[in-house]
Order: sequence, then structure tokens, then C-alpha cells
Amino acid sequence: MNRTSVFADDTGGKIFLMVLAVLCVVVPCANLLVPESSALHMSTYTVTLLGKYLCYALLAIAADLVWGYLGILSLGHGAFFALGGYGMGMYLMRQIGDRGVYGNPDLPDFMVFLNWDALPWFWYGFDQFWFAMLMVALVPGVLAFVFGWLAFRSRVTGVYLSIMTQALTYALMLAFFRNEMGFGGNNGLTDFKDLLGFSLQSDATRVGLFLASAIALALGYLVCRYIVRSRLGLLAVAVRDAESRTRFIGYKVEHAKLWLFTFSAVLAGIAGALYVPQVGIINPNEFSPLHSIELIVWVAVGGRATLFGAAAGAVAVNYGKTVFTAALPEVWLFALGALFVLVTLYLPKGIVGLAAMRRARA
Amino acid sequence: MLLPRKGCIGIQLLLVQIILLLLCSPLRAALMDEQDLAVLADGSYTDKRELVTSLPDRPGATALLPVLQTMLGGDLYLSESGQLISVTDADNDQYRIADLDSGDVTLADSKGDLKRVRINNSVRRILRRTIAQLQLRADDPAMRLAAVNQIIEKVDSDSVAIIREYYSDEQDTEVREAMAVVLAVGDLRTGDVALAGAAIETLSTSLEPVALNTLQQFMQGTDSALLARQAQDAIDAIEARVAVYENIETLYFGLSFGSVLVLAGIGLAITFGVMGVINMAHGELIMLGAYTTYVIQQLMPDMIGISIIIAIPAAFLVSALAGILMERLVIRHLYGNPLETLLATFGISLILQQTVRTIFSPLNKSVITPDWMSGLLEVNSVLSLTWNRLYIIVFCLMVFLALVFVMKKTPLGLQVRAVSQNRNMARAMGVRSQWVDALTFGLGSGIAGVAGVALSLITNVGPNLGQAYIIDSFMVVVFGGVGNLLGTLFAGMSLGVMNKVLEPSAGAVLAKILILVFIILFIQKRPQGLFPQRGRAAEG
Repeated sequence: MNRTSVFADDTGGKIFLMVLAVLCVVVPCANLLVPESSALHMSTYTVTLLGKYLCYALLAIAADLVWGYLGILSLGHGAFFALGGYGMGMYLMRQIGDRGVYGNPDLPDFMVFLNWDALPWFWYGFDQFWFAMLMVALVPGVLAFVFGWLAFRSRVTGVYLSIMTQALTYALMLAFFRNEMGFGGNNGLTDFKDLLGFSLQSDATRVGLFLASAIALALGYLVCRYIVRSRLGLLAVAVRDAESRTRFIGYKVEHAKLWLFTFSAVLAGIAGALYVPQVGIINPNEFSPLHSIELIVWVAVGGRATLFGAAAGAVAVNYGKTVFTAALPEVWLFALGALFVLVTLYLPKGIVGLAAMRRARA
Repeated sequence: MLLPRKGCIGIQLLLVQIILLLLCSPLRAALMDEQDLAVLADGSYTDKRELVTSLPDRPGATALLPVLQTMLGGDLYLSESGQLISVTDADNDQYRIADLDSGDVTLADSKGDLKRVRINNSVRRILRRTIAQLQLRADDPAMRLAAVNQIIEKVDSDSVAIIREYYSDEQDTEVREAMAVVLAVGDLRTGDVALAGAAIETLSTSLEPVALNTLQQFMQGTDSALLARQAQDAIDAIEARVAVYENIETLYFGLSFGSVLVLAGIGLAITFGVMGVINMAHGELIMLGAYTTYVIQQLMPDMIGISIIIAIPAAFLVSALAGILMERLVIRHLYGNPLETLLATFGISLILQQTVRTIFSPLNKSVITPDWMSGLLEVNSVLSLTWNRLYIIVFCLMVFLALVFVMKKTPLGLQVRAVSQNRNMARAMGVRSQWVDALTFGLGSGIAGVAGVALSLITNVGPNLGQAYIIDSFMVVVFGGVGNLLGTLFAGMSLGVMNKVLEPSAGAVLAKILILVFIILFIQKRPQGLFPQRGRAAEG
């Protein structure tokens, strides 16, 4: 086996990266160069929607890394995503400056509204882009590291771990709903104006964000692919399939789990940070356990332990969601529920598995 | 045509008058003569005050209490024929017109010719005093006690004087004690140093807010250092006792909240704990039980009290059937794959939520609490326990005991335990394991439905009811130790009490967060929960 090449035996991954590359060329052209009257013109709304899907895809890849390769079903990945989003949101809030409703140059609107007279200490530094981006990666990473260190060391596994991660995101949701926390409470952070000096309303910025998401997704995929083909990745699969045996052979199972879990959380945080400027809001609902569990179904639909399958699943399910919630809002939860049941019963390997089965039969 | 009718009306009027005379109690006739009624109808406020002041001296005056109370409320009216009438608002913009003599009640759209008995503040004061005096004469000690307790809430020089009048003749110890508090308050307020020592002594045993206030006022006003210290000691004693009762109340709230948690989690202790199935739709099974209660109440709106009782078995059946269907159609294909079960049952929970939303609308429904559940048990002026919380605690214990009985003493329980411990061996012994799986899952689901009946009484019934409780339920089961019913009971109760202890200082949301963080950390320390399973079953 040629371990030097990331692409060995990865036809799906190659196709996936090629599709991304094509999108990176076609979408900006269709939005910025093609005149609006043309049928080939792509609206900025669509660009943003696609960018959102790509962020979800990155999140799905992060979840697949721990679920597919490590066997950890995290029901709290939405929390890492949301934390990254809040990091970006805080930077964007500070960029508003005195253009808010109250015109206060130092305090975001909601703090003025709550009669606070000074910026809380944890908001310091978020006016610097580099610091905010550092926090986007660091905060989810540290949380995952501490949580994982505690959980893996005491050998909390399987379903217990899933329930604990769910409790974690639930506790964070309750906490962020509190106004006293200093993150905008119920309303979250919104009314963003610009990012690095570029107006968030302009088409060019939107396309830029789309490109950033696509590049982040491609890089994320490549790094994950590199990891799963490395010794660490092979060890992860061994842990997934026979944890006790791997431990007896002498591997540090906890270390492998901890590093992958932390890396996956960082990835989720980055996805969240790219997501927020595109949708224009971040609020505590992102922490809701439903979101975290929904992203697991993206991975399940796409196909576990394939990475590109997870990304495809995220895009497919979210496209379905966009279509359904617009046309038949009542049906969406039925469809999502049925998807959960049917995929687990009949498609344990997801769409990718189905395709592979077809090919094997042919 | 006209003449006979007129005659008819005349005879009717006569009859009515005769009946009224017969109904009019001789007692009231003697007490409220024409002159009194004239005063009530048209007299000046001074006349009314004099009349009311003179009433207690008349023989048998206690019979007048309802009249005086109605008058105090401003609801007393006089009819043209001199009847005393109480008029209060009823539903649908109607008036409830009650004859205070005969007790006849009618509903009418207007007050007709009734004349209102007007009162002002000075009359009200006299009325209150007279009512208190009359109540203190009542034969029933409970009524006398009630009168004194009412006075205690608003002690003034008037009421002290009245109490002093009746104190020496009072025989009942409880009433005497209450009266002594009023007198002591009066004594302390006069600032008389000779009386203060005894008064402080008396007040130090009382829990009434007025006792504490009076003591504090006295302490600030007095010059005597000795008395001030005595008063301070009394205040400390009172505050210590109040703190004890407040702790009891917190414990009570905690236990009742814990009972809710236990009820929500105990079904999960069967499906998750005994069978090892991660049922994320557990909350929705609770929700089904709550909606069943709502539907049954809609079906029998005249029998709210009974409908709750009927709802218990009905909710059990509905949720148990839903559970058995889930088990047969989905879950049994996923045994051995806990993570897949988790996802599939979560899908079912979404479908159930949306089904309910489609049938009943997304709006919250409310279930009416039956009368026999409302009200409270007043232990003393600091501590009063609401009945509905007590019922929930009792109900939770009953469900728990029933479940323990089923699991430990019935053939089904034996088979369930056998299958969960060693499926192959149980099958070899002739246990139909598939049938047992379905029934066990049905049992756990049914219990969730029963929990829904209890929850429907304390929270709104809506499509999101289940989601609100699913994480709590899992926390209770995991904290208590999976597969251990007693652990679930203990965990639920202790989490409930912890929550209520934290709530006053931290606030409801923060308390909840702290508890979640506590459990997360606790599970790291003891992954098997409070009461881990031992032996071979633990390894499975």
C-alpha cells in the first residue's frame, strides 16, 4: 500500500474535490460575471445557501472523523460548531463599532440595553481578527480536550458518552440563553456589518465567504484524509473495532481518542465561524440537542467512515430541508424522522455504501 | 281575559309574602327589625356605625355573621320587602343573587330593584371589629382560632382590646396561645417596661410575622439594654425556627420535583436500564400519556375529578401500545447496536412529535387540575404544603412500588430479568425471549405514559413536553446506576432536592446547569452510577 499518497484508493474523494474545484470556479463566475438577466445567473441568495451547505459539510466531516473512525457518537458536536460561531460573532459584533442602534462605540447593543457600563473581560481582544480566529479554534478545542480527557480517562464509552455529550450541549444551551452570560442571551449576536472591512451585504464578500468555505472544506477533508491514513488513523479504527484488545496490545487508546476528538472539535469550530457571517446570526438555538443529533443523521445518510460521504450527506439532507420547509413545512419533521429510521434500518452504510453495493453487484 | 290574570297575580303575591314570612327566621326578625333595616337602607354612616356597634350585645347575634361579612364585602343589598340579599358577580355577566334568610340562589341579568347597603371606611372598621367579636363567641374552637388568626395578621389597638375582653373566658389552649400573641404584641407596643419581659417571652415562641416585626420595633425603641438583649435573643430564636421550617419546605419542594424526575425516568430505567435499549422517544411516550389525559378530560368534561383516575390506565395502554409497536417494527432489528437504536428512536420521536402537532395543533393544551388536588395544608404561618405536590410524591412512590412488585414478584418480571441476564440461557429454558422483549418494552413505555398523566397536571401539554424531560430522564437513570430501580428512585429524589436547594441562590436555570455539570463530572468519576451493577451482568 502506498502510504505516501493521500489519494490512494480514494475515487470518491477525488470526485468530491473535483466537484468542489468546479464549484469554486463556476459559482463566482455565475454570480459576479453573468448579468442578472441571464438564465445562467446565480443569485447571491443561492451562493450564500451553498456556502452554508459547505459549512455543514465541514461539520459533518468533523463528526464523521470521530464517529466513523473512532466509534464515538458525539451528540454534542453542535456545541463546538456554535462555540466557533460565537467566536466569529463576537468579532463581528465588535466591528459594528458605533453603527449600532444605540451608537455606543465600546459596547454592543445588547449590553447597552442591559445597562452594562463596561465590556466583560472575556470580550477583550475580540476586536482583533487574529485573536478571534485563535479563539474560534481554541475554545472548542480546549472544551473538547478537557471533556475528552475526563471522559476517556475514566473509560466512559458508547451510549454513556453520547448522553454525556448531549448533556454538555444542553447545559451550554441553557447557559447561553441567560442574559447574564454576556453573549446576547435569547437573541444571540446579529446585525453584523462587515468582516475585515468588507461589507457583509455586498455580493463580492458573499462569494468570498463561499470560496473560503469551499477551501476550508477541501483542506479539512485533506487533513482528515491524511489523519485516517496515518498511524493514528489506523489506531483509531482498531480502537473502534476492538478497544480492549488494542489497549492490551499496548497502545495508548485514550491518547488517540483525545487527539482526534479535540481536532474534530476544532474543525467543527472553524465550520461554525465560517457559517455565522453567511447566515448573519448566531443564537443559543445552535446549541440545542436537536441540531447535534441532526448532523449525525447527515453522516449516517451519506455513509460513515468515508468523509466525503458525510459531506455529501450534509448537502443532500440540508437541500431536502430547504425544499421541504419552503414547500411543506409540516412534512419536514416526518421526513427527517423517517430518514433516521430508514437509514439505520436499511442503509447502515449510507448512500456511499449503496453505491458501492451497486458497483459490486454489477 | 285580563281580570282573572290580575287576580292570579294578586294571589301569587300574597302566597309569596306568606312563604317569605314563614321562611324568615324568627331569630333574624328579632335582630333586624324595621328600624334596623331602615338604618341599613337610608341611615347615615354614623347611624350605621352605632347599629353595628350595638349588635354584639343582642342575644343570638352570631347568626348575623354572614350578613355582616357580606356587608363588609360591599355585596349586601335590600329588597323592597326588606329581605337581606347578597349580590355577587357570576359567569357570563350575570349576577348571583342569594337570599341570606332562605339561602335561595338565583341568577339574573340585572340587579333589579335591589338597594345596596352603602358603607365607608369607618363603618368597615366597626364591621371588622364586630365580626371579630362575634366570631370569638362562636361555640366551635376552630372558628375562634380562625378569628384570632385573622386578627394576628393585622393587629391594632382595637383588636387588642377585643382579645383582652375574651381572653380570660377562653378555655381552648390553642386559641389562648394565639390570643396571648396578640396581647403580647399589644403590650410591647405600649412600651410598658413592666409588661415587656413577659411579652417578649410569649412572642419568642410565635412564628407570626407580626411577632418578629414587633420585637424589632421594640428593640429599636427601648432604652433598657437588658430588654433589648432579651428581644434580640427572642428574634434569634424565631429566625432559627423559621429557618428550620424553610428548610423543611425546600426539602418538600425538592422531593416533589424529584418525584417528577423519578416518574419521568423510571420507565427509562426499564427500557434502558434492564433491556439496554436507548429510547430517545421516551419523552414522546410521556407526551402521549399527557395528551391521553387531555383527551379523556375533553371526553368527560363534567367529571374532571374522575377523569384523572381513568386517564392513568388509559395513558398506560396508549403509551404501552405505542412502545410495543416501536419495538416490533424498529427496535428489535437493532438489538446489539445501541448507537443505531439511538438514532432510529430519535427519528421516531420526531415523527411522534409531528403527529401530535398535526392532530392537536402546536399550541399548548392545559389539563384542569381536579378540586380534590388543589388547596394546601397549613402547618403553621411559615410552612404550608400544597396538596398537589404531596399527591405527586405519593403517586411516584406508588408507581415505583408497583414496578418493583412486577419486576421482583411476577412471572413476567422473572422472565425479564432472565432474558436481560443471559438471553441464550433463558431461551434454552423455554422463555419466549421475543415476546418478553416486546412486553418489557411495553411496560417501560406504559410507565412513561403514566408519568405523562402526572406531568400534564403540573406543566402545559404540548408537542415539546417530551423533549423537555428526555435529558433529565437519562441523567436520572445514568446517575442512579443503569439497571437499578432503587438507584433511579434515589437519584431522582436527590437531584430534585439538590435542584431546589440551589435554586434560591443560583436561580432556576443556573441550578439546572450546575446539576448537569455535576452529573457529567460524577459520571467521569463513577461511570457506573451511584449503584453499579455487580457480577456478570455488569460486563454485558
